[in-house]
Amino acid sequence: MARTRRKRPSGETISTPEKITVTLTVNGVARELAVAPWVTLLDALRDRLGLTGTKKGCDHGQCGACTVLVDGRRINSCMTFAVMQDGAEVTTVEGLAHNGALHPVQQAFIDHDAFQCGACTSGQICSAVALLSEGRAKTVDDIRELMSGNLCRCGAYPNIVAAIRQAMERGQP
Amino acid sequence: MAYIGTATSRVDGRAKVTGAAKYAGDADAPGLAYAAIVTSTIAKGRIAAIDTSAALRAEGVLDVLTHENRPRMARRASAYKDDVAPEQGSPFRPLYDDTILFSGQPVALVLAEEWEIARFAAALVRVEYEAEPSVTDLKLQREHTFEVEQPHQPRGDADKAYAAAAVRHEAEYFIPIEHHNPMELFASTVLWDGDGKLTVYDKTQGVQNVRNYLCSVFSMKPDEVRVLSPFMGGGFGSGLRPQFQVTLAVLAARALERSVRLVLTRQQMYALCYRPATIERLALGATQGGTLDSISHEAIAVASQHEDFSRNDTGWSGQLYKSANAKYAHRLARVDLPTPADMRAPGATTGVYGLECAMDELAIALKLDPVELRLRCYSDRDQHEDLPYTSKKLRECYQQGAAAFGWDKRNPEPRSMRDGGELVGWGMATGVWEALQMEAAVRIALTANGHAEVSCAFSDIGTGTYTIVAQVAADQLGLPLDNITVRLGDSTLPQAPVEGGSWTAASVSHAIAKTADEIRKELWQLAKKMPNSPLAASRLEEVALVDGRIIAKNNGGGGVPMTDAMRHGQLDRIEQETTNSFKEDKKHARNTHSAIFAEVKVDEELGVIRVTRVVNAVAAGRILNTKTARSQIMGGVVWGIGMALHEETLVDHTFGRPMNANIAEYHVPVNADVHDIEVIFVDEPDELINPLGIKGVGEIGIVGVAAAIANAVYHATGKRVRDLPITLDKLLP
Repeated sequence: MARTRRKRPSGETISTPEKITVTLTVNGVARELAVAPWVTLLDALRDRLGLTGTKKGCDHGQCGACTVLVDGRRINSCMTFAVMQDGAEVTTVEGLAHNGALHPVQQAFIDHDAFQCGACTSGQICSAVALLSEGRAKTVDDIRELMSGNLCRCGAYPNIVAAIRQAMERGQP
Repeated sequence: MAYIGTATSRVDGRAKVTGAAKYAGDADAPGLAYAAIVTSTIAKGRIAAIDTSAALRAEGVLDVLTHENRPRMARRASAYKDDVAPEQGSPFRPLYDDTILFSGQPVALVLAEEWEIARFAAALVRVEYEAEPSVTDLKLQREHTFEVEQPHQPRGDADKAYAAAAVRHEAEYFIPIEHHNPMELFASTVLWDGDGKLTVYDKTQGVQNVRNYLCSVFSMKPDEVRVLSPFMGGGFGSGLRPQFQVTLAVLAARALERSVRLVLTRQQMYALCYRPATIERLALGATQGGTLDSISHEAIAVASQHEDFSRNDTGWSGQLYKSANAKYAHRLARVDLPTPADMRAPGATTGVYGLECAMDELAIALKLDPVELRLRCYSDRDQHEDLPYTSKKLRECYQQGAAAFGWDKRNPEPRSMRDGGELVGWGMATGVWEALQMEAAVRIALTANGHAEVSCAFSDIGTGTYTIVAQVAADQLGLPLDNITVRLGDSTLPQAPVEGGSWTAASVSHAIAKTADEIRKELWQLAKKMPNSPLAASRLEEVALVDGRIIAKNNGGGGVPMTDAMRHGQLDRIEQETTNSFKEDKKHARNTHSAIFAEVKVDEELGVIRVTRVVNAVAAGRILNTKTARSQIMGGVVWGIGMALHEETLVDHTFGRPMNANIAEYHVPVNADVHDIEVIFVDEPDELINPLGIKGVGEIGIVGVAAAIANAVYHATGKRVRDLPITLDKLLP
C-alpha cells in the first residue's frame, strides 16, 4: 500500500483545471480521453494513451523529436494542446507500418543507418513522411532545408538525407 | 568471418524506427506518480527558507520534498562517489542540505498524480536565499588557478629550445563551455515493487555504476536495486556518472512508497554537466627545415568548487610529433558551476584543437604545406615513452584523405580561392585518441534449437553495440545473425564498466570470443561422444564452429551439427560466462589516428560560413561494422562542425547562470548545416593490440575537426580566429 500523503496545510485548496473529454483518432483508432486543457498533445499521447514512440526532446517546439501527423500535416505535438485537436486524425510513428510491413521511410532509415540513439528518429520519420506528401522537396538542398526542424544530436544528417532520397525515388512511378 | 567487417544494418533498427524501443522516460507502472524539480536561482550561498505550503495545497499534489523533510540518505560525501567520479573532491549531493553550489541546483521535488500538476505546483514553491558573490568567468579566474598532475613527464628543456628556435609560434586558443544536449531528456522511472526493492529505468551509460551508487547512497543491497537502460537516447559522456534525477526519483519513490517518474526539462539539463571552458596555450619552436625543437602546451580549464575534474589535454602534443623538448601543464580554475564532465573525446577534442591550429600557424610561418609540416614532424614512435605503436597508419590517413579531398589543387595563399561571391578555404588537421580496453564479462546461452542469447551489462547509447555484439557472436559461434539475441543495459547482467572512451567494442568483443571458446569446448566434448563421431579423434585446437556445425578444420569440413550434439548429450541449453583478459603489453603504445580535410565557403559581406565538404580518413584497427562505424565518424564530424561554428554556452556572469539554456539558442548543427562528409577507413591490421585487432571509433571522429575548419576559415579569409565558436561577428571587419 502506498503511504498516505502528507497532511495538507491549512488554507484553501488550489484547484487544478477540470478535465474535458476529447476524441482523437490515433493511428486509425478512435480514442476518447478526459484531459485537462493544459495537457499537450505530446503528453496525451505518451502518458495517457501509452504511445511512447513519440519523444519529448525540449517541450518548446525547438527540436522536432515530437513530430506527429495531424490530419496529414506534420506538427510538433508539444506545441498544441490535446483539447485543441478534438476530432483530429493523428498518426504517430507506431501507426506507419501496416500489417508488420515497414513504411518505405522506416525501411530507408534502417538501410541508410539514418539514426544512432533513436531519440529523434520517430520525429524524423514522421517529418519525412509528411515531406514526401508535401511534394516540395526537389533537391538535396530542399531536403536539408525542409528537415531542419528536426534536430539529430548524433549527427546522422547525411544518412537521413540519403534515406529520404531513397524513399522519394522508390515512391515514384 | 561472415559478419565482422560488413555493413550490417542495426539489429535494433526495427525497434527504433517503429517507436517500440523503450527509453528511461517511457517505462510505465501502475499508480505512477510524477515528479518535477524546483531549482536554485542563485549560484552560491544557502537556502534561508522554503515555503511549500501553497504547492501542498494544490489538488493532486502528493508531497514536496526538500532538504528538510527528505528520506534518509548517506551522510558521508564518499558514499556519493561513483565509479568514474574525479578522485579529488566531494560529489554534489542532491537535496542533501541548504548549501547552494550552482545555479539550477535542485532545491525541492514536487510529487503529484500528473506531470502537469507537479510542474504547476513547482511554480508555487517559494525559496529564500542568502546569496554570496559567485564567479563563473574563466577569464577572470585564470589568475587563481592550481596545477593538477598530468600523465606525461616533460623531456629536454622546452623553454631553452624555444628561445633558440629559428621559427616560433605562440598563441592561446579558447574553447567555451559546451553542453552535451543529447536529444533524450534525462529521465528516471523508478518502479516500486512493493517489498522495498526498486527497478530503476535510468538514462545512463553505466547501469552497474548507477546501481552501485544507489546502493551506497541509500544503504541498499545490490539485489534490492536493478537498473535498466536498454536504450539510451544519446549520452556523449553526460550519462557516465549518475545524474541527480536518478537520486531524486529514488528519494521520491522511497518517500511515497510508490513508482515515480522524473523527467528533467531541457533547461534543467544545463545544470548537469558540460565540457569545461578551456584556454589552450601553445608554444612551438621549429627549425627552418620544418622540424620541431620545442613543444609547450598549457591548458587552463574550469572546475567546480567541489570536484577537480580534468582530462589529458596537453599530452597529445608531445606524443604526436617528434620533438626533443616538450613540456605540459594543466591548471584548474574554480568556478561556481556544476562539475564538468567527459564529453566526446574529452581532453583531446580541446587540446588537439589548440595543437592543430598552432601547427597550421607554424606551417604558414615556415611557408610549408600543412600536410608537409606534419610529415616532417611525423613520429613512428610514441614520443612520451619512446615506444613503437601496435599500429599507426597516420601517414596513410594523410595520403588517402588528401587524395580524396583533392588537396594538391590547393592554392596556399589565403583569400586566393573563390566560388562566385564566396571565399573558399581548405584546411586540415590531425586527430588522435587512445585505443582502450577494459575488463568486461559476457554470458552466452546456446539452446538446442541453434539460438544463442548473448548478454552483458554494457549499454548501447546509439553507438551500435547491439549490432556488433550480434556480429561478433554470430561469427564466433558459427551461427546466422538472426539466431543471436543480444541483451544489454541491465545491471543484473555480467559485469561491464560504463560505456565510454571508445573501449566498448574491443572489451565486449573479446569477452564474447573467450566465452564462445568455452562453448566450443563443451560442444566438442559432446560431439566426440556421439556414435561414429567424425570428431572422435580430433583435438580441440583443430575444432571450429562453422555454419551451425562443429567441424575439424583438417577433416575436409566434416563435422556434427551443434543441435545434434546437444540433443545427443540431452542438453537443452549450454551456458557459459567468462571475463575477457588482455595480455599486458608495456612495450607498445595504443592509439587511433585520423587526418581531416575541410572546405568552407564564406560570404565575405555577411561573414556567413558554410562547411561544404569534410573528408575524415581514420586509422582505427579492424572495423567491425563499416555502416555503423561510418556513422560514428560522421557524427563526430558533425560535432566538430558544431564546435567550430555554433556551440557555446553563454553564462551571465552576474547571475552565474547559462543564458541560452535551450536547444534553440544553444546552437547545434541542423540538417542544413551539414553537407558532404566522406569517411575513409584506412586499412590498419593490428595483430599486437588484441586478438581481433579492434581499437574503437566513438571518439576519434571529432578530434581535429574543429581545427581543420578553423584552419580552412583562415585560408578563406586571411583572418585567424582562435576563440571558438567562429561566429560571423568575429569575421566582420
